[in-house]
Amino acid sequence: MALRRTSVISLSRPTWFVYAALGVVLIASLFPLYYTFLIGSGDASTVTDQNLSWIPAGNFLSNAASVISNPAVNFWKALGNSIIVSTTVGLSTVILSTIAGFAFAKLNFKGNKVLLTSVIATMVVPVQLGVVPLYILMNEFGWTGSLGAVIVPALVTAFGVFWMTQYLQQSLPTELIEAARVDGCNMLRTFWHVGVPAARPAAAMLFLFTFVTAWNNFMWPLIILDQSNPTLPLALSLLQANFFVDYSLVLAGVMLATIPLLLLFIFAGRQLVSGIMAGAVKG
Amino acid sequence: MSTTDLDTKTETSRDLWRQRLGRWDLKASPYLYIAPFFIVFALFGIFPIIYTAVISMMDWDTIRNSGEFIGFGNFDFVLHDRKFWLALRNTFSIFLLSSIPQLLMSTFIAAMLDHHLRARTFWRMGVLVPYVVMPVAVGIIFSKLFADESGVFNQWLGMIGIDPIGWHKEVLPSHFAIATMVNFRWTGYNALILLAAMQAIPRDLYEAAAIDGAGRLRRFISVTIPQIRPTMIFVIITATIGGLQIFDEPRMFDNTGSGGADQQWLTITMYMYNTGWGQLNFGRASAIAWLLFLIIVIFSLINLWITRRFIKTDKTGGI
Repeated sequence: MALRRTSVISLSRPTWFVYAALGVVLIASLFPLYYTFLIGSGDASTVTDQNLSWIPAGNFLSNAASVISNPAVNFWKALGNSIIVSTTVGLSTVILSTIAGFAFAKLNFKGNKVLLTSVIATMVVPVQLGVVPLYILMNEFGWTGSLGAVIVPALVTAFGVFWMTQYLQQSLPTELIEAARVDGCNMLRTFWHVGVPAARPAAAMLFLFTFVTAWNNFMWPLIILDQSNPTLPLALSLLQANFFVDYSLVLAGVMLATIPLLLLFIFAGRQLVSGIMAGAVKG
Repeated sequence: MSTTDLDTKTETSRDLWRQRLGRWDLKASPYLYIAPFFIVFALFGIFPIIYTAVISMMDWDTIRNSGEFIGFGNFDFVLHDRKFWLALRNTFSIFLLSSIPQLLMSTFIAAMLDHHLRARTFWRMGVLVPYVVMPVAVGIIFSKLFADESGVFNQWLGMIGIDPIGWHKEVLPSHFAIATMVNFRWTGYNALILLAAMQAIPRDLYEAAAIDGAGRLRRFISVTIPQIRPTMIFVIITATIGGLQIFDEPRMFDNTGSGGADQQWLTITMYMYNTGWGQLNFGRASAIAWLLFLIIVIFSLINLWITRRFIKTDKTGGI
């Protein structure tokens, strides 16, 4: 009988339907981006064109140039700010989370459990709960409008600490730490020579996720920053509010602002995929 | 204490110093390592939460940067404001319209990806592309795709003989449009989470089911779904927490960010933002923030209750 030869491989052999379905999903994923490029390549009338041509017109570069050169949009400043904010927040979250995660996962100290539980509990607290006092606080500091106001509150997250703790608990053998201690390493050297190498894969993923989250963050920069010193999402919202008469410009700007993360995705997409899948198994 | 002192007396002072340092290192290091997190968290996490509660009871003056205690007046106002209830309705409606179809689609896509595919990484990365598009950008793009007069989606509907839908004018269509943006961004992401769960299922379960004569669909319903249920619940919980806070997409759905002429798609967070930074009423904005927090806690508890029930049935039911 055919059934006797049923193996794992033949059970999961894809049919044409699988590829067709995934093809449709892929098209749906890319279509909005193509549409953005299409409108961004046209002129003011393209977005309302009843007989929209699906072949892009040639105005993308000139539209992009007028977005970039417009002083009200502040494109380069926004791009630079987004890179500074996301990189700083990503690096500091990774460093501080790895150190804290190392302590929570592998060191015995009084209050370990209670403190770790409090870290996890804070993950359900919505950001909205803090924005009003945070705004007042930043006002007191005189940080309103500066990048510090966006960076400092995000220097480390509860999620990051939780993520690194989970990872190090599973992948760093306690004997390694004991061995390093016996060899005369102090705690900091133990962390550096044993903890950090073990944490590297999880740290790379945490960096990527924190970077993307910081890059996309909109509400807090909208509250605390202004037109003269924006991040990319804020610049985009200003672009839409000021140039809604010509959506070829707005969408050219949207395309421009999307390209950096698409580039990052080409190089690090594989890591993002495995990060999401690794997180799911543990979660 | 005194015995260790006696022990170490014979040693040189240098060794004594090193030993003390070592003990101190062992005891203090952990606290030193977790300190940065807790300092940042205390300053920008705990303090704001408590202070929000205080401000929610105040009539806050943004110019003097101080407030006057007025009790529950802000809560009273918000709970009697028509906009709050509309925002609550919209937030729930958008949440339901995004979470349920998204879970179904994610599960379907995960099932498709759970094959011996050619160019496996290509497909997995492909479904994740929307995740790196900024929500603000997604909001702008879809506000045009869903344009009332001449949007692409209305044009397509016209081709199959359906009258244009007022995606911005009407309540439910606007919720549908915003839910579509959320789905666009998160379906692939969640599909990968569910895919990981599917790949953790022991393959002999499928073989056993196949030998018992179960077809593809039957295997999916009787083996895959029960096995990935905990992960599905995890996905639902994260979607709940994120979904109830939705702000970026509805704010970018038109160029004013007001949530529609008749608050068709005003969400709770938008309502809070507009109260706080539109009307500069920090007291009311804080009250709204606390109400939102309460709603999220209640929902999380409901989720937890459902989760517990599911896990229980899992154990007693068994396969």
